[in-house]
Amino acid sequence: MNTLELLELLEDNARLTPEEIAVMLQADVGEVRRAIKELEQNKTILKYMTLVNWEKAGEEKVSALIEVRITPQRDVGFDGVARRICRFPEVRSVRLMSGAYDLAVFIEGRTMREVSHFVATKLATIEGVISTTTHFVLKTYKQDGVIIEDTEEDRRLMVSP
Amino acid sequence: MNRTWCERINPVVRDMPPSGIRRFFDMVAETKGVISLGVGEPDFVTPWHIREACIYSLEKGYTMYTSNSGLLELRCAIARDLAETYGVTYDPRSEILVTVGVSQGLDLALRALVCPGDEVLIPEPSYVSYAPTVTLAGGKVVSLPTGMEQGFCLRAHQVEAAITPRTKLLLLCYPNNPTGAVLDRKTLLEIAEVAVAHDLIVISDEIYDRLTYDGQHTCLASLPGMKERTVLLNGFSKSYAMTGWRVGYACGHGDFIAAMTKIHQYTMLCAPITAQMAALEALKNGRAGMERMVREYNRRRHLVLHAFRDMGLPCFEPKGAFYAFPEIRVTGLTSEEFAETLLQEEKVAVVPGNAFGASGEGFVRCSYAASLEDLGEAMRRMAQMVRRRGVKPRVISTTHRPIPAREAGVSVAGSVCS
Repeated sequence: MNTLELLELLEDNARLTPEEIAVMLQADVGEVRRAIKELEQNKTILKYMTLVNWEKAGEEKVSALIEVRITPQRDVGFDGVARRICRFPEVRSVRLMSGAYDLAVFIEGRTMREVSHFVATKLATIEGVISTTTHFVLKTYKQDGVIIEDTEEDRRLMVSP
Repeated sequence: MNRTWCERINPVVRDMPPSGIRRFFDMVAETKGVISLGVGEPDFVTPWHIREACIYSLEKGYTMYTSNSGLLELRCAIARDLAETYGVTYDPRSEILVTVGVSQGLDLALRALVCPGDEVLIPEPSYVSYAPTVTLAGGKVVSLPTGMEQGFCLRAHQVEAAITPRTKLLLLCYPNNPTGAVLDRKTLLEIAEVAVAHDLIVISDEIYDRLTYDGQHTCLASLPGMKERTVLLNGFSKSYAMTGWRVGYACGHGDFIAAMTKIHQYTMLCAPITAQMAALEALKNGRAGMERMVREYNRRRHLVLHAFRDMGLPCFEPKGAFYAFPEIRVTGLTSEEFAETLLQEEKVAVVPGNAFGASGEGFVRCSYAASLEDLGEAMRRMAQMVRRRGVKPRVISTTHRPIPAREAGVSVAGSVCS
């Protein structure tokens, strides 16, 4: 069985059952189960999640991209500060970037005040952080490969030769 | 219609039966909430980079005629693609013609080659327009029926047995619409031998060549002695999900292509330039996207095959295209009755096999160019209908989703949820 294809399937739809996957990949169900278990245990599969359109669910969320410049530390470089930032539950993602700043930090909160408060009191005050620049998200058009409010539909004729 | 007007219509056209698919199409169109497996085209939209390249070409003002043969750059790209994939070399200046889909390529080839009364051999079940286009070109259709027991593969001895002094052409379509059958290299070699021995010309419609799931497709023209006597037809509709663009190509001996180009220049002038620009982009950068689509079709193919076997419908394994052709005789219904019952009772559309010729009776064509969700639901509904007709399911199906909803946020696939 092709593990990469298995991961590709699950990345697109984590609700596929091992039975369905087994048929699609022409593998034994037990083999699929074992492979998934192993991928979970060795942390290749980190988590199964649902992509939610929160706006549609009526939930207000504020998110912001924070550009963070930091001073690399001896022995650990950027990792020490980055790992510290990761600890905060408000932080959705942390990535080391090339270019004008070092870390791209995505923050999610309930209000703008909550997010700014977090940046001012928690993020900016971490030792090694030189500066932060906050960009609030105004609208999301596409997330994790999914176009939100996609208007492309099946326009094919119902029957064609 | 005014009777006198009707009488003035060319009798060849007047007496031609309308496509068997047409009547069924009208029935489906009148029913609401139908899941259709009757669609003969990809469910993917043309990849964005191809659409974008076409938009860009419009912005740059590419709105004029091209040469009759099509953009030279496109013909060169086609030649390169065929050489790399199958090792067949065509001169882009004299042996390739860009057409308005394979449909036009076929029409041109038939009109260029068929003399009144010439016999054209067509394996059946066959694509709905083969027989009518042969008739329009003045030829006589000779059907070569194939069945499930032979995997819907044409055999060389069938071709040989059908040959008469008037036989001029053999028209092949593998991977096949509607059956999904492919011809392996050995069978093709045997057929090629017969074609050479009897000096036949072969029109090979290889529009589904890239949608081959078990081993490599063999291009007929790549076989010894076949390039000069083969008119190879192909296009971008199926491989690159570009059906509505209407762009394809014909390759063959310079004399054939010159003759076809003559008809093309007087009746069509050239294929639309925007479609040609898009096709060029598809050949340049479309391979990865195409391979992704093929992988996806293959997974769905396994899913529907499994479902048919579970519900007790015999189905041979299609190795190409995106069709499965299950046998429905066990239900006691004819192809048309089955398709109509399935539509009325379960709102699933499939195409009755007899639309593809008499040897398609007892079968239905199911396209798996549909989303996984739709396929799963359609298979579930079809299984219900088949069970009501007294067919025993082979095992309890595992291919469709179990009805009880899973707990929110918990995936059945694993236990890592936090």
